[in-house]
Amino acid sequence: MLELSGVEAGYGSVRVLKGVSLRVGPGEAVALIGANGAGKTTTLRVVHGLLEPSAGQVRFRGSTLAGVPTEARVALGMGHVPEGRQVFSRLTVRENLRLGAYTRRDAAGVREDLERVLEVFPRLRERLRQKGGTLSGGEQQMLAMGRALMGRPSLLLLDEPSMGLAPLVVEQIFRVIAEIHRAGTAVLLVEQNAYLALELCSRAYVLTTGSVVAEGAARDLLVREEIRAAYLGG
Amino acid sequence: MSGAEVLAQQLVNGLTLGSVIALVAIGYTMVYGIIGLINFAHGDLYMLGAFAALSLIGVSGLAPGDGAAATWGTLAWVLVLVMAFTGGLNVLIERWAYRPLRRAQPLAPLITAIGVSFILQNLGMLWGALPLEVMGTNAVAPKSFPDLIPRVDLLSRMGLATGVRVTTKDLFVMGLTVPLMLGLHLFVTRTRLGTAMRATSQNREAARMVGIPADRVIAVTFLIGGALAGAGALVRGLFFNTIVFNMGYGAGLQAFTAAVVGGIGSIPGAMLGGLLIGLISALSDHLISARWTPAVLFLILIAVLVFRPRGLLGDPTGQKA
Repeated sequence: MLELSGVEAGYGSVRVLKGVSLRVGPGEAVALIGANGAGKTTTLRVVHGLLEPSAGQVRFRGSTLAGVPTEARVALGMGHVPEGRQVFSRLTVRENLRLGAYTRRDAAGVREDLERVLEVFPRLRERLRQKGGTLSGGEQQMLAMGRALMGRPSLLLLDEPSMGLAPLVVEQIFRVIAEIHRAGTAVLLVEQNAYLALELCSRAYVLTTGSVVAEGAARDLLVREEIRAAYLGG
Repeated sequence: MSGAEVLAQQLVNGLTLGSVIALVAIGYTMVYGIIGLINFAHGDLYMLGAFAALSLIGVSGLAPGDGAAATWGTLAWVLVLVMAFTGGLNVLIERWAYRPLRRAQPLAPLITAIGVSFILQNLGMLWGALPLEVMGTNAVAPKSFPDLIPRVDLLSRMGLATGVRVTTKDLFVMGLTVPLMLGLHLFVTRTRLGTAMRATSQNREAARMVGIPADRVIAVTFLIGGALAGAGALVRGLFFNTIVFNMGYGAGLQAFTAAVVGGIGSIPGAMLGGLLIGLISALSDHLISARWTPAVLFLILIAVLVFRPRGLLGDPTGQKA
């Protein structure tokens, strides 16, 4: 479904990714873990076309994505729940969600999906007319996820969905991610909280200063000594 | 005329002038809202709109005293063509001058906008030299715009004997500008593309993440802003009956001040700011002197920037609308 090979990228003269290769199979949930500044967010930005790689290739559903703009990648089936949620703070919750379906033309399907998202996140239904910026952090995370789901993605990119949220909310968010994954959507999850990520995903890549230093089945990584020491707090 | 009547008359004049200023101010505020650029060329685009309107009227042969049906029929076409011209030109300017600088530092597009302003002014001078009867013989001299709309005093027609005149011309200006502004408001708040436009101006990257083609939305913003400036230009020509190649500077200053007073980035703010600046200009023309009106406007601009930089309806967080 998604395949990165030898991707290098950076900002200005700063090289952040130094040859990252990874793949996500159809319907697979893959975690990308690593310390702050390892290049996890940058990897997602390259996948979604917000940053052009200086070398290497990104392939999605069998074709290369070179030169394909971000908005067209959404139409191809990518959904992105970005770092810091980035909801439209002065649009209502309903407007935020509807914009998530911007690339779609099937009005009936969009209405159905809106209903489904509101069933998954009942809190959003109570706040449909409220401005996005007035929501709590957890509600904004739900809104960002709901917005991405409105595009009916086949691959969902999630960037630190647990950041800054209370444990109870994190639990709820991860339950929903697991449900989305079970329903057949592929997930590429970037997460500081490696335990959470490895519990949800079947495979994982460990990123250190722009390179993949370990990869494998999540349950194997969970017991590997050096990974426990570095990312799981011993 | 009593003092109250004088004041009331200036209010009428101010509202009429203000609604034209508002049309131009919307172009500044929408462009600033979506790409953070003060488009210094906007006033000059408006000037070219006035030249286009005058040329079209000249070509159509429409003259004062022609019947109402012929006048309105022709003016409707002129309006549509002028709006298409200034809207289309604004899209081309964005495409060729501003889009290539999208990732440059903010000063680069700003200076480019000043350059575009000079180019447009020079185009205005060349346009004034065209061998059209309406352009007269001197390329850079002010051109007289035919006085096509009769100035019938409506109040005295209705039997109200006051010193205040509300004429058919005032009514024409309101009748054109108010529906345009209402239409814009409905477009921005109710339609899918309008919502995408607001989203893009709040957070362009997030807009692209949900699949909104930001470049196309920006082009539509320039199209609308330009078209409204064209409508304003036709209205202004018909109302004041004189246009000149460097009129964009003064009109631009007025409209830009209006946009800042209302809160730059806010469309309702530009409408409110336009009306306020129109009123203040009319009062300053009358109570102080027309020569001092630009100075008064600059003072207001400075006062707003110092004491309330976000303007009347601007967003308190300092973000763009």
